[in-house]
Amino acid sequence: MINLKEPQISSVCKKMLTGITGLSLVLFLVAHLIGNLTLFAGPDVFNAYAQFLHHFMHGMFIRIAEVGLLGFFALHIWSALSVQRSKKKARPSRYEVNAYAGGASKKSIHSLYMAVSGITILVFIIIHLINFKYADHEAVGTMTMENGIEVTNVYKLVVLTFQGNFGLVLLYMVAMGFLCSHLLHGIWSAIQSVGLTRPSTIPYLNLVGMAFAVALAVGFLLLPLLIFMMRGTFDPNAVPEYGTHARLMLAPLAPWILG
Amino acid sequence: MKVNLKIWRQAGPDAPGKLVDYSVENIDPSQSFLEMLDTLNEQLVKSGQEPVAFESDCREGICGNCGLVINGIAHGSKGGCTTCEIRMRQYNDGDTITVEPFRAKAFTLIKDLVVNRSAFDRIMSKGGYVAMNAGSAQDANLQPIHQDAAEAAMDAAACIGCGACVAACPNASASLFVGAKVSQYTWLPQGQVERSTRALKMVKQMDSEGFGDCSNHAECEAVCPKEISIANISRMRREFTKALFTR
Repeated sequence: MINLKEPQISSVCKKMLTGITGLSLVLFLVAHLIGNLTLFAGPDVFNAYAQFLHHFMHGMFIRIAEVGLLGFFALHIWSALSVQRSKKKARPSRYEVNAYAGGASKKSIHSLYMAVSGITILVFIIIHLINFKYADHEAVGTMTMENGIEVTNVYKLVVLTFQGNFGLVLLYMVAMGFLCSHLLHGIWSAIQSVGLTRPSTIPYLNLVGMAFAVALAVGFLLLPLLIFMMRGTFDPNAVPEYGTHARLMLAPLAPWILG
Repeated sequence: MKVNLKIWRQAGPDAPGKLVDYSVENIDPSQSFLEMLDTLNEQLVKSGQEPVAFESDCREGICGNCGLVINGIAHGSKGGCTTCEIRMRQYNDGDTITVEPFRAKAFTLIKDLVVNRSAFDRIMSKGGYVAMNAGSAQDANLQPIHQDAAEAAMDAAACIGCGACVAACPNASASLFVGAKVSQYTWLPQGQVERSTRALKMVKQMDSEGFGDCSNHAECEAVCPKEISIANISRMRREFTKALFTR
């Protein structure tokens, strides 16, 4: 039987919670990245994807996802900060000399400053939400889809936000640097926290986690960087040419998106 | 050879401590680190000063008594050995070596470089044992054990409880010690009787002793004289979760 008293206090439960919520947030990042990359397929595909997100399950999906994400973030931050607090209490007198033991150790600036990178990411997320979720969606207007439906032109919003805005692109680059740092330790650490490692798999999981961290950060940076650097390619007022890739890529989703 | 030492001196648990400079000459490179400290203490006694308090017993790397943080690394930078196994040939003539005690709230400092590690004993008393039938021992081959299981159990049971994992952990966590102790019993038939509660009780005691939580830095594995893998921490977490749902 589940003992409700133990999980509230146990350090192992805290690690489990940090790990499970961390891995879930990484899965969200993967989904978010895949969604972002549809921008490169053109305004019709990207806008259709945005429309799909907001109308799937009569708009319930996005609400549930938002509440879920908020909950996961809150639990992740609470459990991780609780680990940080224990750290200060557990070693009141500090060492005069600090060193890295090397060898099997995975101690690095990434692992030591998880709280710093985590809080920076949190601040970035707030800025990111202001940039897009709480931006003036009416100002960018709508785009007419192939079947005549008018959808919010989020493609235009994204392109206008990054085009010619070097400061913002730089901010995103710095933020992705912190995300990369957080995940360089975070991904493998979450797998270890939930108890899914063996002596033989630890080195591989560590490498795969780090590769994944770099891939995610670079993947997210592609969008602002390319929009900023290739001004001619991304036209905020682009009108899609229907009958090409949009139909092919989104055909399976058509009933939800356009119906 | 000659070395310059910066050694943590502290008269008692509540007394203020500080690093004090010493210099030891005529060291034979084949001397152990502890023999070098013995030489220092002889010098100090001869000059009427208080010798440096440090712990040691077997001086062959199996008792887990000695343990010093040398230049910021528990048991020194060689890796895979205890403080007593370090030879002075590892250092260069004229090197400056900083020696500090294992620092953690759960390891109260007794004097100079000696800390009280009885928190480990209290954790062991909560589940580091197996139920046995009294009477004559049964035939050793009665219960076959897979070689892999025996090896894994031995890898975990190699822990000598020196506390270097706690000393090296940036969070002062005892997870590797408890992980090793929980793991060693899981592989063998003798450990099954208490299996459903062992991880819960030992982790609870670990938490109440004031050790920090684990952040998976793996610094503990790097300094462990027995090179115990942090996969044992992972195994402890699995045992804990299983116990939580099956007890």
